[in-house]
Amino acid sequence: MEWTVVVGRYSPPGEPQPKGERGAPFAAPYEKAPPKTYQTFKVDLPEHAMVLDALIAVREYQDESLAVRCACRSAICGSCAMWVNGHARLVCTSKLREHTVDGKVTVEAPPSMPIVRDLVCDMTPFWKKNYSVTPWLENKQPIPQGEEYRVPNAAMEELIQEVSCISCGACLMDCESFAVNADFMGPAALAKAYRYTADPRDAQTTDRLDTYSKPSGVWDCTHCYECVQQCPKGVAPLEQILKLRKMAVDAGFTHNAGTRHADAFAESVRDSGRLNELTLMPKSLGLFNIPAQLQSLPAAFNLLRAGKLPPLIHHAIPHVERIKNIFKKIGGRFK
Amino acid sequence: MSEGNAKSTDSDDRNGKSVIVDYDVIVLGAGLAGMRAALEAARNGASVAVLSKVHPVRSHSGAAQGGINAAIGEGDSWEIHALDTIKGSDYLADQDAVEIMCSEAPSDIIELEHMGVIFYRAPDGKLGTRAFGGASKARTYFVGDITGQALLYTLYDQLLKSGVKVYEEWFATSLFMVGGECRGVVALDMMNGDLVMLRAKAVFVASGGMGRVYEPSTNALICTGDGIALAYRAGAPVMDMEMVQYHPTTLKGSGFLMTEAARGEGAYLLNSLGERFMEKYAPNMKELASRDVVSRAEWQEIAAGRGIDGCVLLDLRHLGPDVILKKLPQIHEMALDFLSIDMIEQPVPVRPGMHYIMGGVKTDSDARSPVPGLYAAGECACVSVHGGNRLGANSLLDTLVFGRRGGRSAASYVKSVTSLPSDAAGEQFLAAEQKRVQGFMDRPTTGETHAKLRLELGTLMDEKVGVYRDESGLQQALAGVRDLQKRYDTVAVRDKGRIYNQALTFALELGYMLDCAETTIMSALERKESRGAQSRTDYAQRDDANWLKHILVTKRDGQAPAISYVPVTITKWPPQERKY
Ligand SMILES: Cc1cc2nc3c(=O)[nH]c(=O)nc-3n(C[C@H](O)[C@H](O)[C@H](O)COP(=O)(O)OP(=O)(O)OC[C@H]3O[C@@H](n4cnc5c(N)ncnc54)[C@H](O)[C@@H]3O)c2cc1C
Ligand code: SF4
Ligand code: SF4
Ligand code: FES
Repeated sequence: MEWTVVVGRYSPPGEPQPKGERGAPFAAPYEKAPPKTYQTFKVDLPEHAMVLDALIAVREYQDESLAVRCACRSAICGSCAMWVNGHARLVCTSKLREHTVDGKVTVEAPPSMPIVRDLVCDMTPFWKKNYSVTPWLENKQPIPQGEEYRVPNAAMEELIQEVSCISCGACLMDCESFAVNADFMGPAALAKAYRYTADPRDAQTTDRLDTYSKPSGVWDCTHCYECVQQCPKGVAPLEQILKLRKMAVDAGFTHNAGTRHADAFAESVRDSGRLNELTLMPKSLGLFNIPAQLQSLPAAFNLLRAGKLPPLIHHAIPHVERIKNIFKKIGGRFK
Repeated sequence: MSEGNAKSTDSDDRNGKSVIVDYDVIVLGAGLAGMRAALEAARNGASVAVLSKVHPVRSHSGAAQGGINAAIGEGDSWEIHALDTIKGSDYLADQDAVEIMCSEAPSDIIELEHMGVIFYRAPDGKLGTRAFGGASKARTYFVGDITGQALLYTLYDQLLKSGVKVYEEWFATSLFMVGGECRGVVALDMMNGDLVMLRAKAVFVASGGMGRVYEPSTNALICTGDGIALAYRAGAPVMDMEMVQYHPTTLKGSGFLMTEAARGEGAYLLNSLGERFMEKYAPNMKELASRDVVSRAEWQEIAAGRGIDGCVLLDLRHLGPDVILKKLPQIHEMALDFLSIDMIEQPVPVRPGMHYIMGGVKTDSDARSPVPGLYAAGECACVSVHGGNRLGANSLLDTLVFGRRGGRSAASYVKSVTSLPSDAAGEQFLAAEQKRVQGFMDRPTTGETHAKLRLELGTLMDEKVGVYRDESGLQQALAGVRDLQKRYDTVAVRDKGRIYNQALTFALELGYMLDCAETTIMSALERKESRGAQSRTDYAQRDDANWLKHILVTKRDGQAPAISYVPVTITKWPPQERKY
């Protein structure tokens, strides 16, 4: 049957330029991405065909200059992540049938990554993040002589979720934190960080937790869930990040904005039964970190103007002692 | 934490100046064989760089599902592993090389474990195994059904740690030959279209298989035999090229692999009557007989009208959801994705499909080819440890053992090479190569395209050079390939861009594929017997008196390819009839 594919095309200046209609600039936070041209192709493929099948058909029989990375065609090599109708997907396992909306499917390189040509983006940011988490085993000593480390299978199974990662980058492409902070270590790299930190054969657990707790690390994730939703391999990076956070707090790495934010959150609820957004900010940034607090002032003024600033006087809810009791029962650092 | 070496994430070592960069060893390919070789050469003091047409973790090694063999467990021994391998090979494997591979396997697996591979564990915390085809003991070590991926990433992580330079998305176009010695690689930097020479004292080819010469195939689109053809063009003999493995369980339609581990875990093969037909063909091993045997049995069932739509059924239902979801999640997902079949509830239609090549660049057990300065290991090489038929889970082992041995051997060889060819020689070679590559772009456009020729080639090979072969079919195939070679010379690249020009690399790949196809057919025509993967209907028996020998094809400058032979090395295990 006939399918319609709209392909976002791009060639750098100085190269032969693709045909098609010039697209509008991207909306924030991707306004810096270069605009593309969009070209419509019709392809004849079976009902169950994948989006990648359509792209290959275009490349083989209509326009051989269409650049698209792919190798395995079965969600193994991680080459083919790109935007399908505005979300990061592996095109090799995305069915045309499921992604055709209003008679067409739109594919393009994600505007969150630097672009090389057509559907090929530059994955350097992804690989650099991967590299930044020390992604290799630092062996626990002594290394057993002539035999394997003895570890329970459960400890290995715990890591298989991350080891299933195919480095396709779909998570990073749609990560909301990365969109506003290019330095954020990002979902896949932090999942990898968890994989080595939680490996019972690794000797660097504490050092690793220290590194990952720094700015742009685990606490910079905003829980937007994009990575969980887009990951084609069930890696669920956010879950690995949350596990890392717990390990970091348990190991005493609490002197950072992230844990202070969580603490301020908990203290506010314990003491008043509700969230005191006014004290949350200074407490998260550090009470004496005046420069950082000043930086957040303009945002506060804007909120005030828009009438969205929280009430200046923070009232406790009735029966707040019950909440305090709950905290006591849970135990831990907030009783 | 150790720092590793940040250099490996940079994109270029040239500082934007020279078109020639020097190393001791250049490794062409970043799959398991290439990365293992690079690590070992670096550990032994050589300056090393790796180039790969895709990012290392995209290499096809990542697709290996089932596992990797080693005789570690109690009641097993490397001798039993060796005998299984030799029997599986239909006695065409060189037994000295098999002895090396099997006896060194245990320490290589342990080393991988120390590097961080999360192998499946037995209840006592030691490495645990699963059963695999053609093996008399359960000796396959694994990580779910993503063993290749787990190994590939661990080696890549180690490569990052080592600081070895990786040229990602660099496509090799030729080997730099000077006076019969190999002294570098010319490669296309896909990101900017530059042709660059990586000059070196030794070149280590680890470019993987040539699955795409067949259509369909379980192999990725990048498996086009590049390194085999490059070495062959440089004068290195290729060996056992007729031995092409068809895997018994590839998915209907797409041809994707359903790992042998499914049968290792206990899955059945059924015909249209619901019979476990392997009981007839291999009463002892049944579904776990060697791959050539099972593929032929399926073919016969289908030919006798007991197939379903050209397929037989792979039935996992009795294994239960737990085994399927925990130990075979990837194939469960693939059957769902591509056929909308949930194997927990329904059997999956499968058929034999092209999967692996036993042949390749002839090497010794230290990965040396007969061409000075040229090494090879992995699927592109032929040691020969697989002979007429490779056992499942022996290929990953092959890449690691001979990658490691070759890396060490190359590092020691480069110490004996005192000088590199001159800059002038390099520039002259590069200029000629530039002209040849530009030729594809400058040619007038005809009706011929790389895509069309590729499809014709693949279909021809699958039809005439597949599970069963005969003289007339092979002759037709050879004539067909020679015709395609002529038409290939008129294929023009219509994409004139410099950046990420895949039309150009596809056209270059097609040239490699045609060389691989030609040598495969020539060897299949030459071997007038049936052995391992070579089943000739016109010579149905194995003939040890005349054909217990390897077939080599060599091409010397400007001459037609020539056939020669070398005897099979037999150490302890005299040839016997194969029964499963
Ligand atoms: C689906 C599938 C499942 C398998 N399962 C198993 C299994 O369970 N157990 C087992 O033992 N074996 C298995 N095999 C076989 C095994 O995976 C391969 O034989 C093995 O991984 C090959 O490794 P390699 O390092 O030789 O090559 P590859 O991993 O294929 O790497 C080749 C490298 O060469 C590079 N390259 C190629 N051409 C060029 C060029 N022109 N320029 C630059 N770089 C180039 C590529 O980019 C790549 O990095 C399986 C194979 C398939 C297809
Ligand atoms: S949940 Fe966190 S890591 Fe995941 S995409 Fe959102 S911000 Fe990024
Ligand atoms: S975590 Fe998932 S989405 Fe992210 S790179 Fe890995 S496989 Fe892709
Ligand atoms: S082509 Fe390999 S993941 Fe899509």
